[in-house]
Amino acid sequence: MAGIISYGAYIPIYRLDRSLIWLSWGGLPVAGESAIANFDEDSITMAVEAGNNCLQGIDREHVDALFLASTTTPYKEKQCAAIVAEALDLKRGVRTADFTNSLRSATIAIQAAMDAVSAGSAKTVLVTAADCRMGHPSTVDERSFGDGAAAVLIGNTNVIATIAESHTHFDDIMYQWRLDEDRFVRSWEDRFIIEHGYQDNVVEAVKDLMAKHSLKPADFTKAVFFAYDNRRHQAVARKLGFDSQTQLQDSLFSNVGNTGAAYTLMMLVGALEDAKAGDKILLASYGDGADAFVLNVDKGIDKIRKNRRGIKYHLDSRMPLPSYTHYLRYRGLLEGSFFFENQSAATIQWRDRRWNISCRGAKCLSCGNINFPPQRVCMYCQSKDQFEEVRLADRKAKLFTFSKDSLGPTLDPPIILCILDFDEGGRFYAQMTDRDPDKIEVGMPLELTFRWMHSDRGIRNYYWKCRPLRQS
Amino acid sequence: MESIKDKVAIVGMGCSQFGELWGRSAWDLVVDAAYEAFEDAGVGPKDIQAAWSGTVGFQGGQSLAYPLKLDYIPITRVENLCGTGLETVRGATYALIAKAYDLVLCVGFEKTKDRGVGGLGSGEPMGGTQPVFGIQATPPGRYAMAATKYLATYGAEKKHLAMISVKSHHNGALNPKAHLRREVTLEQVLNAPIIAWPLGLYDCCGVTDGAAAAILCRIEDAPKFRNDYITVKALGNSAGPGCGKMMTTYDWVHWEETYRATQQVYQQAGIKNPRKEIDLVECHDCFSIAELMCYEDMGFCERGKAKYDIEAGTFALDGEVAFNAGGGLKSFGHPIGASGIREIYEIYKQIQGKAEEPSRQLKKVELGIAHNQGGHPGTFMCSMGIFGVPGR
Repeated sequence: MAGIISYGAYIPIYRLDRSLIWLSWGGLPVAGESAIANFDEDSITMAVEAGNNCLQGIDREHVDALFLASTTTPYKEKQCAAIVAEALDLKRGVRTADFTNSLRSATIAIQAAMDAVSAGSAKTVLVTAADCRMGHPSTVDERSFGDGAAAVLIGNTNVIATIAESHTHFDDIMYQWRLDEDRFVRSWEDRFIIEHGYQDNVVEAVKDLMAKHSLKPADFTKAVFFAYDNRRHQAVARKLGFDSQTQLQDSLFSNVGNTGAAYTLMMLVGALEDAKAGDKILLASYGDGADAFVLNVDKGIDKIRKNRRGIKYHLDSRMPLPSYTHYLRYRGLLEGSFFFENQSAATIQWRDRRWNISCRGAKCLSCGNINFPPQRVCMYCQSKDQFEEVRLADRKAKLFTFSKDSLGPTLDPPIILCILDFDEGGRFYAQMTDRDPDKIEVGMPLELTFRWMHSDRGIRNYYWKCRPLRQS
Repeated sequence: MESIKDKVAIVGMGCSQFGELWGRSAWDLVVDAAYEAFEDAGVGPKDIQAAWSGTVGFQGGQSLAYPLKLDYIPITRVENLCGTGLETVRGATYALIAKAYDLVLCVGFEKTKDRGVGGLGSGEPMGGTQPVFGIQATPPGRYAMAATKYLATYGAEKKHLAMISVKSHHNGALNPKAHLRREVTLEQVLNAPIIAWPLGLYDCCGVTDGAAAAILCRIEDAPKFRNDYITVKALGNSAGPGCGKMMTTYDWVHWEETYRATQQVYQQAGIKNPRKEIDLVECHDCFSIAELMCYEDMGFCERGKAKYDIEAGTFALDGEVAFNAGGGLKSFGHPIGASGIREIYEIYKQIQGKAEEPSRQLKKVELGIAHNQGGHPGTFMCSMGIFGVPGR
């Protein structure tokens, strides 16, 4: 039976204390903090992070399909899943699809993945969900939203949690929406959309699923529900007869925020991190209807958990965003004046995708040295065209030297320009991100991370940067 | 391979005012430098049989023919990053030795202050630029990585870099044509705003407009123009394959291309002990760390030991070997295409005893080095030459 083989999640390192937004705007305070994507992150880069965390220990050759779920895919025309697949270094024949436009996109994608696995058209499907939505400045939405990502690998062998039952229904209501030209999420009055949108639909889905399969709340170890906010989250649990103290999975609303299409999946990863074999988990997502699932946790759960980067790993490593202005700057809402000379070239981006996006270096078959960027003639031994490609994205490195450029063209000075040497050999030239400029020293351990570099001529240019280990 | 030593003479030189010359175009600067050289050699534009135009910003031989209205003569535009100026002289020297021409002109120039923004930019060519690799790496950001590594490796301090800048400003303050003519103190340098840590404002050269020119002929013709001509002793050029920032073998505490070009010119000129034999070095000091590593890579001190010579004042105007007596790129300025010829201009004037300001005239100058390196640490294009009195 189809189920979850592996999981991963991602939460950006920056957290914005919501009282900083309140200081600027006043109005209704929302307690807690929101996870904020760095200036060089978006739904694509976060989906790559979560997907890559999910694939640790998994042979990428075995991934037959990649489904990207997000309401904030940066391109309206051009498949973003293809970029994610390239960055995750998946095989050429992988089936790619963007699941968009609904907060329920991730669970819709999971249902499609289950169907593909059940039908035998794919052995394993990676579903990676990410969102980076913006509430209109000053609104409660702005204070409630957060950025993040989660991924699950769906298949029917080596399953750690079987997806035993599922339910779906659609519902046409103006809950939250964006037109093509909208930057910010629009909402109708909260009292209306919470009652007739969020609560009615989740309750309907869960009741229907439990009735159909003769299940009652006491049968479940944990219930994972989409959340409007903490109060309404608990209200839904109460309505359905679940104990919000013991059964309700933490909503992450207070320390991450509502992460849109990634939200329910992130909570599920949180639940799986604490689950043990034999647990039964109820999962219900919301958005233009609702999906609900029953998951039975299997014994592989303990093994997969080891060294896996999920919710806890990312919650524990955080840096405070110093001001609301930083948020406005990172999201492009406050534009400075910079002179960028960076250029796009679709031709070069295409030719160089194996190293720019897949992060593959060239290992010389004559001398064994890693050439990055890949060369025709080896930098070390001058052998010609004697290379094999090697993926460098997950290799650990140490900082060889660096500088902190205060005047370079960036949205987030200083530019930390780095030379890093991989522990297994090879040198990488990169900028450092997610860093405290005062805590950088030669020799510090680093890892690579996929980021947005700059945009020009409507092309978003992605590449790899380095960052300090988040838990060091 | 035959020696080029003492086969070609420089019989006239010119140098425009350097600075942020808002009111002057590239063509104004070319005319200023070239006509000073014409007057110095006692020739006119019609006597020139061929020319080399050194500039990274202007294309084609027309970049000289147009401002100077040269008469349909052969002109080659040369671009070799910061080595551009010296490369014009290399081309001209070889053409003279081949006897293709008898009297030729080299002009190096740059107009850097028409971009609307500060700095030199990333130096990438228009179009066809790799969109993500090494982007946003400014020249100070690149050199600062070498400074970080050098300081950490050899226990040198920021004050040693600062002392180089204090010296350069002192020399520039004495030089009438220099861009930055102001003394600075060690405290000012150390407390200046950071540009690219660990390099501060005074560790970095300015962005400068300027032009310099040289008129060359074979040595046998030189006495027809003047008696105090200088000769080309050696010309070196080393282009890094471009892998320093990508190869684990590069240590970031020396300039390999400068070391290699140095070996070439010392061999050609027969230099065994540079500290004793060389009187003046005009080296590429776009940043303080650039000059520091040149002390070591050119063999004036051992690797890692530059700090002791800096403290001893070895490379000051009144030291053992003057480095950047003219103020260097740091204070005289660095209009990219002009710098190499401007460096030769300093050697030429010092040898002739015409350093204008008496306090900056060196006592005895017979041999000088001009040096430039362009690009990215580990990936330089280095051009170098030794010039001096004939027979020396």
